[in-house]
Amino acid sequence: MSAPPVAARGLVKRYGRILAVDHVDLTVEPGDVFGYLGPNGAGKTTSLRMMLGLIRPTEGSVELFGRDPVKDGVRKALDGVAGFVEAPRFYPYLSGRKNLRLLADYDGHGAGNRVDEMLDVVELRDRGGDRVGGYSHGMRQRLGIAAALLRNPKLLLLDEPTTGLDPAGMRDMRALVRRLAGEGITVLLSSHLLGEVEELCNRVAIIRTGTIVYEGTLHDLLATSQTEYRLRVTEPERALMICSAQRGVEKIRVEGPELRFQADEQAAAAISIALGQARIGITALVPETASLEELFLGLTGGESGDKSARAEVA
Amino acid sequence: MTAVYRWELAKLLAQKRTYLGLGAAMLVPLIFVIVLQFQSGGPNDVPLGRYIRDTGLAVPFVALFFMSFWAFPLITSLVAGDVVASESHNGTLKTILTRSRERGQVFAGKVLATFTYTAAVVVAMATIGLIAGSLAWGFNPLTSLSGTRVSAGHGLALLAASIGVYFLPLAGIASFALMLSTITRNSAASVVGALMFALLMQLLTVLPGTEGLRPYLLATQFDAWHGFLRVPADWEPIGRAAWVCALYVAAPLAVAYVVFLRRDVTED
Repeated sequence: MSAPPVAARGLVKRYGRILAVDHVDLTVEPGDVFGYLGPNGAGKTTSLRMMLGLIRPTEGSVELFGRDPVKDGVRKALDGVAGFVEAPRFYPYLSGRKNLRLLADYDGHGAGNRVDEMLDVVELRDRGGDRVGGYSHGMRQRLGIAAALLRNPKLLLLDEPTTGLDPAGMRDMRALVRRLAGEGITVLLSSHLLGEVEELCNRVAIIRTGTIVYEGTLHDLLATSQTEYRLRVTEPERALMICSAQRGVEKIRVEGPELRFQADEQAAAAISIALGQARIGITALVPETASLEELFLGLTGGESGDKSARAEVA
Repeated sequence: MTAVYRWELAKLLAQKRTYLGLGAAMLVPLIFVIVLQFQSGGPNDVPLGRYIRDTGLAVPFVALFFMSFWAFPLITSLVAGDVVASESHNGTLKTILTRSRERGQVFAGKVLATFTYTAAVVVAMATIGLIAGSLAWGFNPLTSLSGTRVSAGHGLALLAASIGVYFLPLAGIASFALMLSTITRNSAASVVGALMFALLMQLLTVLPGTEGLRPYLLATQFDAWHGFLRVPADWEPIGRAAWVCALYVAAPLAVAYVVFLRRDVTED
């Protein structure tokens, strides 16, 4: 069995007394579009820096396809890996094309032949001859993607790729990520935007103040959460008794013609079967879904990390 | 390795400060020749100074002497102090360190490119000085420091050799600037710091009580080329310059190398 694209084990980064990343474990499987979700300053960027070999973990390790940037060196560990942290940066006094040529030469393997092709992919070919100093934020972001794609990556690590883009730029960037994922590239994408992760990612890890508080699919996160249900039935009194007898059903109460209770999906399904078996007709069983937003805020404490000192190092 | 070096040179060639340094190095001998054309008298107290109107060959030698005090140290630190700090400033360190090159390779490329620039400014100065001087006073035989006549062709070879040994202490200053550039991540601080280091070295050569130390100070090595201008050649200062400067190059580069390899690359 081959090693997973990303495997972080007990990853810790401490800056003086500040714990930026606190024993993070996460695994990204081949083909994943993995969302690394958390408020600003939660430790997402610091984690990505360790993955890219830019900073050394205080404790623990991260392996990319089984190779450790600290032990094996970036040349080996980043083979088939590309990405950026924070906004991608380039030499402002060189043109976009020259910047890519430089990076292609650093990569070797004839990457230089793909420079114009990559400029095409991110729709920068017309501006390729201009100095990066005159580029807009969105153009630099796109150049960052082009620089990453030059490496022909099997794994892309992207740090908040849509941050600072206008709505059209965000849409284009997301479409690009989707397309790349469709081509079989594994993507780890950090974001503080829940909607973005929901739209793009099949799996997520949610990080809060340096600690992973959830890892799995967003669907599972929703399913395992206690959701409030509204139930309308033909015989409310009997239904109330049946509901009360069910496992995993809480806070049952009657509101007008409706029953209300909290349960997860499984328990709600069990209720519908039990009601059916008791020959009680169900006219409505509606989940009042706690929105992902609410779940996310609940998990991350609903606070913006910007207020904490941690933001300075993340 | 060659790719990194090539691009480091390309980056230098795309930056204004490189031309500022090169331009200043070329302007000094030019101004020197023009002023001497309109003035009588000359730099009679400096090595080869009294022969400056005899041959254009004397001009670069005299400029080597004058420019060793602060012009070349400044021109050298101007670029050497910026070479790592500018990557920190532009945030590009993370861009190049996440490609298929180890940090050691990137560092080596930067060191070689810096030394190339340092050698280039001295050669550029000497070339302009030689051409301007020869246009003004002709390309004639040179009088050596021992008072003997040296043919113009031989004088040219001595100039080349002198530039070679003159490069050594400059490489020491460049290495010091590069170390500051790596540690402070601040271009201005590194340029000023390296210049202060060079000036301090000179101060030590004139303070009383430092006589025993003088042969091993960096500033003293700027005069090592005098050895070539004696007949027969005096190899003692040249040999000493070689090993003394090797230490002044190796020590700061070793520190810079370790810092560069181990540093956490974060947004400053």
